[in-house]
Amino acid sequence: MISLVINHAKDRPASHDNDEGPLYAGRQKIFPNAVHGKFRRIKTALLIVTLGIYYFLPFVRWDRGPDAPGQAVLVDFAHQRFYFFFIEIWPQEVYYITGLLILAALALFLMNAVGGRVWCGYLCPQTVWTDLFLAVERFVEGDRRSRIRLENAPWSVAKLIRRSVKHTIWLAIAWWTGGAWVLYFADAPTLVHQLATLTAPPMAWIWIGILTATTYTLAGHMREQVCTYMCPWPRIQAALTDEDALTVTYRYDRGEPRGHYKKNEALRLAGLPAGDCVDCFQCLHACPTGVDIRDGNQLACVNCGLCVDACDSVMTKLNRPTGLIAYDNDANIRRRLAGEKEVRRIVRPRTILYAGLILFVAGIMAFALGTREVSGISVLHDRNPVYIRLSDGTIRNGYTLRLLNKLGTEARFALSVTGLNGAEIEAVGIAETESGRPVVMVRPDQTQEVRLLVTYRDELPPQASIRIGIVATPVSGGEAAIAYDYFKGP
Amino acid sequence: MAHDDKPGVDQVTGRETTGHEWDGIRELNTPLPRWWLWTLYATIVWAVGYWIFYPAWPLVTSYTTGVSGWMTRTAVEDSIAELHAIRGETGKKIISAGLSEIENTPDLLSYARAQGKAAFATNCATCHGSGASGAVGYPNLNDDDWLWGGTLDQIATTIRHGVRSADQKAHSGVMLPFGRTGMLQRPQVDLVVDYVRSLSGLEVRAGSDLPAGAAIFKQNCASCHGDDGKGKRDTGAPNLTDVIWLYGSSREDVFQSVWNGRGGVMPNWQGRLDEATIKSLAVYVHTLGGGE
Repeated sequence: MISLVINHAKDRPASHDNDEGPLYAGRQKIFPNAVHGKFRRIKTALLIVTLGIYYFLPFVRWDRGPDAPGQAVLVDFAHQRFYFFFIEIWPQEVYYITGLLILAALALFLMNAVGGRVWCGYLCPQTVWTDLFLAVERFVEGDRRSRIRLENAPWSVAKLIRRSVKHTIWLAIAWWTGGAWVLYFADAPTLVHQLATLTAPPMAWIWIGILTATTYTLAGHMREQVCTYMCPWPRIQAALTDEDALTVTYRYDRGEPRGHYKKNEALRLAGLPAGDCVDCFQCLHACPTGVDIRDGNQLACVNCGLCVDACDSVMTKLNRPTGLIAYDNDANIRRRLAGEKEVRRIVRPRTILYAGLILFVAGIMAFALGTREVSGISVLHDRNPVYIRLSDGTIRNGYTLRLLNKLGTEARFALSVTGLNGAEIEAVGIAETESGRPVVMVRPDQTQEVRLLVTYRDELPPQASIRIGIVATPVSGGEAAIAYDYFKGP
Repeated sequence: MAHDDKPGVDQVTGRETTGHEWDGIRELNTPLPRWWLWTLYATIVWAVGYWIFYPAWPLVTSYTTGVSGWMTRTAVEDSIAELHAIRGETGKKIISAGLSEIENTPDLLSYARAQGKAAFATNCATCHGSGASGAVGYPNLNDDDWLWGGTLDQIATTIRHGVRSADQKAHSGVMLPFGRTGMLQRPQVDLVVDYVRSLSGLEVRAGSDLPAGAAIFKQNCASCHGDDGKGKRDTGAPNLTDVIWLYGSSREDVFQSVWNGRGGVMPNWQGRLDEATIKSLAVYVHTLGGGE
């Protein structure tokens, strides 16, 4: 029953000349029927939640003090900062992004182990926007039958008006999608005002244009072709899925032999084999990727469950048990055919491993986030020359320090050196001192580079390389930041 | 029997094949989607437009220049002009500010150090080394030993006018070739070399007459190097009592200096480098660590 044939291929007209196949395959347009049911409701809820987050998140405000941006989620390229609610990420901390990507990958693995391609069916942006665009299409042009009728109808004023309305709404949504995207990169209310008064920077218009074009094309016109031809994920999913994953499955053990309802009813009364499938094609008509799920698990299926809803409503009308198409797997069908009990194992080594890894990585990230320093110091030893002999024979080493202040207020650090008793230090261009230590001011949310000279007047052992610590102590109190390097001699 | 089969149709799937067959395996004809093909055509059209618009095709001795007139050379020139415009702003501040003011303003200091470092690598590193640590005959600019003075202004003056250069205001001062010209005889040179080396605690020849060397030094060398041998900056005469030796401290090196004389040349940079660059260089050198 397993077949990887994409469904619309078999409707293709055969060529007369067998050696010369068609140059290209014309798209079989799909007109999904509206369905009602549990999975449709879940999909709609997720659509509202995910799009709601996407479109409105930039407008959420967050107070970070007078000089910091007041936007909860902001990618500030100009100042090289990323703000996410209470988290502020500096460029050298992009490993948080790496951590998030690892978490995302693990979450996909877990979803796949539990429910197959549920990501594709419910949460993938392509699915969500396509669903939204389909809803608009349905609203303007009616459901499946009237859309097919309109498609086949010759051009008329009525058709032109309907099509124009549809494409206008699509473009408006696409424009809003691009517009929301750029709001993540600048202060949202300001940018909205700039867009409204046509004073926004060109980069904003370019990105809105790109996102408008891609949204309109991908969600309005390409739809399921993105999933079947363009997206690499189905191929990866195929390698990840095991036979315990719950995928949308036609229970052929119950459905076959399919046939007309009344005829099958009669057969059933006569004690002859008769399936529950009445060949009504509701599952096929509901499918947004044009799959006939009764052909088995296949590449183009995104596991969205709309055929389940469609079939369940038919079964309910016929007073037959629902679940002829359900989230199940072929292993269970084989078990039932063999007279065994069906098994649903959501908790199993694979899912425990993925869940454990997610908790582990999330724990590491939470720990790293909780213990990150608000100030820091990095040090670079002069390489050329490594050391300098002064005229009185003493040895001096030069270092370039970078002091970090992640706070929203100015910070002052007193510099000192440990590990080399009697070393004298001098910070170039720094006059201010505090009990003999040079004091460096670092502006709020900034770094400051300082050149530090360390002179040692006593005798050094030959081939000296002494480990020293360079300490930046906040003058106003708080934990000192320390960086280690070496003091080199001849 | 084979004649009953439609040629080019796969019996299992009932689908057409391409007619290609390898070891009995035939390829099903699964044509490309139409949009995919149109995308390919669009890229081809794009490429043609690109060839017309931009430089593209090499000819025998030249190339097609494209109707847009775009050249990498003009693109680079534009970038350089843009860079000058950006530098101009801070450059103006550097020009108007005093040298010590630059050093005490963190923003100007970091800018001047960055520009100075780049200018140093281009203009000065040839002699002084990329890290300014010098070489024999070329002073190390990181240490605290200065022939012509190590304050900001003195360093800037040295950069502007150079040493023994064509500039009228250049530092001048000559270490005479005492031996070669016969001003001192060979034994006298040997004696004064021993004395000079003893000033900084270096080993001298056994039995050398240091008082005699001191007398020769006082008569011939003290006018420039000072009675105590600590050098004089107005003549650029080095301090002979410290551990730093521009031309080497070995007996042979010092002998060469006295016998043949010395006189390194540094070009004058005023006129070759702009004011902001010269000031940045002065600040950079001063903040290497030896600045006074």
